[in-house]
Formats: sequence, structure tokens, C-alpha cells
Amino acid sequence: MMTLLLFKVILVVAVFAISLFMAAYSTYAERKVAAFMQDRLGPDRAGPFGLLQPLADGVKLFMKEEITPEVSNKFLFVLGPSLFMITALMTGVVIPWGDLLNIDGVNYSLQITDINIGILYVFGVVSIGVYGIMIGGWASNNKFSLLGAIRASAQMISYEVAMGLSIIALVMMTGTLSLKEISQFQAGGMEGSWNFWNVVYQPFSFLIFLICAFAECNRAPFDLPECETELVGGYHTEFSSMKLGLYLFAEYINMFISAAIISTLFFGGYNFPFMHDLGLSQNAITILGTAALFSKIIFFIFFFMWIRWTIPRFRYDQLMNLGWKGLLPLSILNLLITGAVILIFSK
Amino acid sequence: MLSQYLFYFLSFLAVISALLVVFSKSSVQSVLWLIVTLFAISGHYIFLLNAEFLGVVQVIVYAGAIMVLFLFVIMFLNLNQEVEAHKPAVLKFAATISSGLLLIIIIGSLKGSEQLGTHVGSNDFSSIKNLGRVLFKEFLFPFEVSSVLLLIAMVGAVMLGKSEKEG
Repeated sequence: MMTLLLFKVILVVAVFAISLFMAAYSTYAERKVAAFMQDRLGPDRAGPFGLLQPLADGVKLFMKEEITPEVSNKFLFVLGPSLFMITALMTGVVIPWGDLLNIDGVNYSLQITDINIGILYVFGVVSIGVYGIMIGGWASNNKFSLLGAIRASAQMISYEVAMGLSIIALVMMTGTLSLKEISQFQAGGMEGSWNFWNVVYQPFSFLIFLICAFAECNRAPFDLPECETELVGGYHTEFSSMKLGLYLFAEYINMFISAAIISTLFFGGYNFPFMHDLGLSQNAITILGTAALFSKIIFFIFFFMWIRWTIPRFRYDQLMNLGWKGLLPLSILNLLITGAVILIFSK
Repeated sequence: MLSQYLFYFLSFLAVISALLVVFSKSSVQSVLWLIVTLFAISGHYIFLLNAEFLGVVQVIVYAGAIMVLFLFVIMFLNLNQEVEAHKPAVLKFAATISSGLLLIIIIGSLKGSEQLGTHVGSNDFSSIKNLGRVLFKEFLFPFEVSSVLLLIAMVGAVMLGKSEKEG
């Protein structure tokens, strides 16, 4: 019991640290990717290849003067960024970071908790995350911030609907809401039987989910809440120092978590091809699987950046039209077809 | 023992934040307290009734979507000035009586619900399979009727929005 508790504590701290580490180095990677796409060098002064840049940025943000607008609600002004950061970190709990690890004959799961409604938990936390933006934007008492906050909430609610419906098709197929079981469903090469990744069966669902994930993370081309050409800085116009840092940082954590969820739901999670045919020991498979999951995550983080530096920003009405008139009917159609196919094959 | 303390804590939180919803001067703060109330109630579902599905759906639908729309409208209308709207005394009287009647109806409808719990077969409310079976076999008719009710409300909302635009 004590060792299990100790293991869980270590796992929680590890997931927390890795989320922060990935977010910090995503900022570095984003600048390097942008530089590569624009034929520049990017940050290269702090440390070799500019690798210490995230550290320098962090120190800079902490050292900056903290300004709270005179007229704003002080408590809510602090609550906004804190809430955004907390909800960004909360979703890592249900993601299966790896299979069972065998230590002294006891199996430990590399997932903090396997609640049987894993996906719904993620949706619940994401839907609370929007309050961080709304409260922060409203408490700033600035028209640009308020407009940014309202845009953010409208956008997130709209795309949550299509996102949820695209996931229901997947849930109908796998018959479970637990992220662990969805991962196991995609295990490759188990004793001769082959399971493909979910993206093979549900390509539409994946596409809709991916587009919605961009909108939920407020990433370009859907970064209208902080559209600098129209709204100065959007919802975080009035924020300075580390409060701004929390907003920016949480966005990168959200990106990391979305990449992890996309990998888990559609790209096999911690499974990799031929994992049971190579004759490796259980621990080796688990460690390789975790490495496979992280390489998928890193690919999707790169994909997020690739899109950001390729496609221009949408107009607001285009965004809403795409969400309600494009993605929502498509996801309902996908749901109907999936249901019909399941019904035909189960007979 | 622990669940008893948890019950008292969550109930206390729910009642206090519900009172703060009514007594807050600023309407944005009222909405934020209402969100705390909803969280306390879904805490009841998750930790005390073992109904994780219900609790999480409550958070997604009420706290995550409906309250965001509330906040949205209030922020747009700029009701954040601490001005209290004064309604005529007749209206206040009518509101008190009708909400009192609603309370009686709710208590009355809950009175027979003790026998309903046995339908699930086991105490495992968290299993969505059990919930789905009960909902689509034994309570299919009420379930469909309530979905039609929601549809009517949705059509009504669309109609209201449309007529305002044209008129």
C-alpha cells in the first residue's frame, strides 16, 4: 500500500514536471520552427543552440514589474490566470503514459488514475478552463480584454460540441470511455491478432477532433481571442509579469496535453507496431511504449507549430461558420454512419 | 465516517454559495457563486453517490456550457455596476409564492423516489452500461418524453431569436 502510494506520488510529480518541461521547450521549439520556416536562425545566444532560452524567458517574466489595473477586481484578476493554469495541468491525470511496469514482481500502471469515464473527465476540465480566460478578461476592465474573453468563450463552446460528437463515434466503436481501455484496444500484434490504430477506422472523427483541438487551444489559425491586429493582445492585454507568463505557459501545456490525447485516442497511445512479436521483456516494452507515445506527442506538437506558421488567421465569422455549419453536421453524419456500420456488422 | 464529513462539507459549501448567489451585489459574482454551488452538488454525485457519470456531465453541461452563456450575456449587457433593480411589490410577492409552490412540487415528486433505486440491480451507478440499460429499457418512455421537451425548448429559443431580428 505504501509503495503504491509512493509510486503514485512519484508519478504525479513526474507528470507535473514533464508537462512544465515540455511546455517550456515548446516555446523554444516554436521559435526555432518559425525561424526555420521563415529562413532565419531563431534564438541562439543563451547556451549552445539557444537551449537555455526558456530559462532566460522565465527569469525575465518573473523579474518584470507586476501591474494590476486600478479599477479591476483584484481577486478575480489573480484568479483568472491561476484557474487557466490549474485546469491545464489537471488533464494529465487520466492519460495513460505507459503500460504496466514490473518492479519486484508487482505491476504498477504508468497512469495516475484510470477512471472509467476518462474522456468525459477531460471534457469537464476543458470546459472549466474557459473560465480562466473569461474571468481574467472581464476583471481587467478593458474593452479589448472583454472582447477577447467573449470571443474565447464563444469559440470554445462552439467547438466543444463538434469535438464531443466526433469522440462519441469513437466511443461507440470501442465501447468504453476509459482512455486506458481505448489504448489497449489498439495494441499491435498481440499473439498474431492485429489491431489497427483508431485513425484507420475513424479518419473523419480524427480530422474533426484535430481541427477542434486547434480551436480549443486558441492556436493559429483560430487564435482570435488574442488576435493582435484587432484586439491589441486579446484577453491578456492588461496582464504583466508572471500572470501573463501563466497564460502563455498554460497554452503550451494545453497543446502538449491535446497532442497526448490525440495520440492516445487515434494513434495507438503507448502501443507501437510489433510490440509483442519482438520477444522483449515486459519492462522493456513499457519503456519503449512510453518513448513511442512521446515521439507521437512531439510530432503532433510540431504539427501544431507547422500549421501556425503556414495558414493565416481566420476571420471571426468564418470561424463560427466552420464550427457550426461545417464540422457539426459532418460529425453528426460520421456518428450516423458509424452507428449504421456497427449495427450491420453486429448482426 | 469520512463520507459523513464530506457530506457536511459539500452541503455546507452548496448552501453557503447558493446564499451568496442571492446576496451578491454584482451579477458576475452571483454567476461565479452559482458555479461553486454546481460544483458542490456534482461533488455529492461523484464522492457520495458513486455516480461519476452524472457528476461529470453536470460539470460539463451546467458549469461548462450553461453558466458560460450566462456569464457571456451578463458581460455583454454590462450589468457589473452595483445597481439593484427594484421591482414592484406585487411582482416580488408573486415570485415568492410561485417559487414556494415549485419547492413543494419538487419535494412531492422526490417523495416516491426511494423505491426507484432498486432498478439498477447493483449499487454501481458509475457504470454507464448499467445506466444505459435502465434508461433505454425500463425508463424509455420518460426518457424520450424529456428529450422531446428539450427539443421543444430549443425550437422555441430559435423562434424567439428569429422574430426579434425580423421585427
